[in-house]
Amino acid sequence: MPEQPAEVRRANFAEVNLGLEVQAAQVEAQRCLSCASSNCTKGCPVGVKVREFVELVLAGEYLAAARKIREDNVLPAITGRVCPQEDQCEGVCVIAKRGAPLAIGYLERFVADWERQSGQLGLPPNAPPTGKKVAVVGSGPAGLTCAGDLVQRGHHVTVFEALHELGGVLVYGIPEFRLPKEIVRQEVDNLAKMGVEFVTNVVVGKTVTVDGLLNEEGYSAVFIATGAGLPQFLNVPGEHLNGVYSANEFLTRVNLLKAFADDYDQPVFDCRDKEVAVVGGGNVAMDAVRTALRLGARKARLIYRRTEAEMPARKEEVKHAKEEGVEFLVLANPVAFLGDEKGWLKKARCIRMELGEPDASGRRSPKPMAGSEFEVDAEMAVIAVGTTANPLVQATTPDLKTRRGGYIEANADTMRTSKTGVFAGGDIVTGAATVILAMGAGRKAAASIHEYLRSGQWAPPPPTNPTG
Amino acid sequence: MFRILQAQFLAPDVKRFTIEAPRIAKARLPGQFIIVRVHDRGERVPLTIAAADPAKGTIDIIVQGIGKTTRLLNSMEAGAQIPDVVGPLGKPSEIRQFGTVVVIGGGVGTAIAYPTAVAMKQAGNRVVSILGARTKALLILEQELAQTSDQLFVMTDDGGYGEKGLVTDKLRQLVAEGRSIDLVLAIGPIPMMKAVAEATRPLKIPTVVSLNPIMVDGTGMCGGCRVLVDGKSQFACVDGPEFDAHQVDFAVLTQRNAMYRQVEKEELEEFEAMRKKPGSPDFCRLGMQNPQAGP
Ligand SMILES: Cc1cc2nc3c(=O)[nH]c(=O)nc-3n(C[C@H](O)[C@H](O)[C@H](O)COP(=O)(O)OP(=O)(O)OC[C@H]3O[C@@H](n4cnc5c(N)ncnc54)[C@H](O)[C@@H]3O)c2cc1C
Ligand SMILES: Cc1cc2nc3c(=O)[nH]c(=O)nc-3n(C[C@H](O)[C@H](O)[C@H](O)COP(=O)(O)OP(=O)(O)OC[C@H]3O[C@@H](n4cnc5c(N)ncnc54)[C@H](O)[C@@H]3O)c2cc1C
Ligand code: SF4
Ligand code: SF4
Ligand code: FES
Repeated sequence: MPEQPAEVRRANFAEVNLGLEVQAAQVEAQRCLSCASSNCTKGCPVGVKVREFVELVLAGEYLAAARKIREDNVLPAITGRVCPQEDQCEGVCVIAKRGAPLAIGYLERFVADWERQSGQLGLPPNAPPTGKKVAVVGSGPAGLTCAGDLVQRGHHVTVFEALHELGGVLVYGIPEFRLPKEIVRQEVDNLAKMGVEFVTNVVVGKTVTVDGLLNEEGYSAVFIATGAGLPQFLNVPGEHLNGVYSANEFLTRVNLLKAFADDYDQPVFDCRDKEVAVVGGGNVAMDAVRTALRLGARKARLIYRRTEAEMPARKEEVKHAKEEGVEFLVLANPVAFLGDEKGWLKKARCIRMELGEPDASGRRSPKPMAGSEFEVDAEMAVIAVGTTANPLVQATTPDLKTRRGGYIEANADTMRTSKTGVFAGGDIVTGAATVILAMGAGRKAAASIHEYLRSGQWAPPPPTNPTG
Repeated sequence: MFRILQAQFLAPDVKRFTIEAPRIAKARLPGQFIIVRVHDRGERVPLTIAAADPAKGTIDIIVQGIGKTTRLLNSMEAGAQIPDVVGPLGKPSEIRQFGTVVVIGGGVGTAIAYPTAVAMKQAGNRVVSILGARTKALLILEQELAQTSDQLFVMTDDGGYGEKGLVTDKLRQLVAEGRSIDLVLAIGPIPMMKAVAEATRPLKIPTVVSLNPIMVDGTGMCGGCRVLVDGKSQFACVDGPEFDAHQVDFAVLTQRNAMYRQVEKEELEEFEAMRKKPGSPDFCRLGMQNPQAGP
């Protein structure tokens, strides 16, 4: 994949990967063995028919290839860019045993971009109107996918979003240099063209309740896809200092509210020529640290309590971050933030960690090494150590069952919750996961909602095994 | 889009708006707020819902123009549209029969305290209001509060109206007179709220303050609004904005609110320079005829 040179891109917000040219896509597609086993499809959480779409690429039928992907995945331009392919389709690709796997993500992105640029998007026709109304709460990948599928089946769908823009984490979390907002906007526009109604600035649970939607506003079903948006902090001394952000706040200020641009009003900490520390090792941490770099940080340092091998981030992001000059401080964890007399962050006090025996999940848990404390300079710190369930809907929907951590209980197959007519999926059910899993949940929910609206039966057994 | 139906200045730089927002008007309870964005590149700022009319589908806000966004808002007139209004956010005030409730409002804090004062009165409390302002011209909602209060005192710094002194002077006087006070609600500048908290702490009078940290989403998603209460981190937008005054760490709040002071100051200066040039594109885009509109 051609990309912007590291020394150039570290100073701009334009996309890092430039996309494959036709020639390169053809060369790559030829590597596919068209295996009968279709490992790749099994590795994909939504079962994209990889072999078939790659064959269409080889035949030069790019629009048909895009349509083939869309049969299982309605947001290919997005997943092609952000899926952790190494753990999914590419991770089990047969030729990976003998070298690099087929670059399925790049090819998926290639055909989706081709389709977008051709302007010949094959929007499937909608079924005749059923007269039924469905409310979708949250416009992240789970909500968008569910809305698209339901509108196609002839239902009237309204998506309610708390923020002023649509797309969930795709617009407020993942930065422009990985996923241009234009692409998300276009997908949202496509859904609007298909007839999905979007209403921003509505916080369900506050502006209107789930019961209000069902009983007063005439919705026959509600799909809750509110994500795992609540930031976790480290709960160490000094976290209230000026300059300490949650990743959500830092990324929202920069991505959603464009704090980096002069003609936008939202302010963000001025990183120029400062040292920045980002705590964590996932995609969110990678995004934050590379964003800080692009805002002009003199040194952008990632602090992670395990080693690089355990980092949950996409491998490509780790590689890109390193190339751009992000410093990795592994096997270390902050124990306090230290500030000046006016309350501005100056340093992070860290402790060295060592990896203990593997725990139940097979991961080796890090343990602090007594007496190993040291300090690093940091005028801005971003905490990216995970998020938890967004509680606003649950708090005002008393008959909605939740499990530990406040996540909504939903049947893994039907996405039904404990409340009649209410379905849930995506991060709010599974905990923070991936775009493609959220989409998969949205699809399943759409099928299940359709079945419910068609039959009028809420008979199947109540949720037994929560997804997770 | 949310249409402004009415807009008028109550005091220099303090403007009251009536906005069409049917869902919010219906759901809103006293003590809750909205977040607005006044143009498509704007920041999100929190403002208390001063009043609501569910039947008409309208809410009222009272805005003090202290920075770029609030001044931009205050330059908007009836008929204009606000792109984004979201709410009602935050926990509603705890309203029940306490007995005697002293409501203390400082500056624009009076606007934030007003809806709760009304609800307290309706719940059968004896409401005693103390309003503080630097000068008479800056006083707002005096008549409205007088109607809802059993007693009302006005304190000005210069003594040009009401009594000369601070709101805490009046509070101490009431206590000295032997009045029994069951609850104090104090909303205003941080130093004022802190002073009230210190005045009531030794007397063990339950005291509630409404905190105004910097917010972004207002739904608990960013943690930017975190305040230290009883040594624990709380998100003001979902756990508040009202908290037990005796548990609040006001120093941390003051410190955090200074986070963007320098940038905000520069933005305001730039904005004021621009608005001296009528016909500038920013105003056209906002649909404002007369950027200098004011009292
Ligand atoms: C910075 C970052 C980087 C990431 N990188 C990747 C990556 O590279 N690859 C990958 O696969 N995954 C990545 N993820 C994870 C992925 O984005 C999420 O798993 C996915 O977005 C979850 O989708 P969702 O639809 O469940 O929820 P979300 O995308 O979280 O959307 C939920 C939406 O609901 C709205 N909402 C919440 N409460 C309410 C309410 N009460 N009323 C109305 N609306 C409400 C929210 O505002 C939001 O818009 C990343 C996440 C982050 C934060
Ligand atoms: C829950 C809540 C309810 C509020 N209700 C009202 C209301 O009813 N009427 C009203 O006029 N104001 C209210 N405020 C305050 C209002 O949100 C701020 O005045 C506004 O955000 C300032 O924006 P600005 O761009 O105009 O000024 P900025 O340029 O952002 O700020 C100007 C100055 O004010 C400081 N500041 C920034 N944000 C805040 C803040 N949230 N509170 C106090 N000072 C701040 C800055 O440090 C700077 O010194 C409320 C705040 C909160 C949190
Ligand atoms: S959706 Fe993701 S996992 Fe599935 S084939 Fe595409 S890139 Fe691979
Ligand atoms: S496993 Fe790999 S080589 Fe085989 S069909 Fe799938 S992508 Fe092609
Ligand atoms: S404003 Fe973001 S959590 Fe309160």
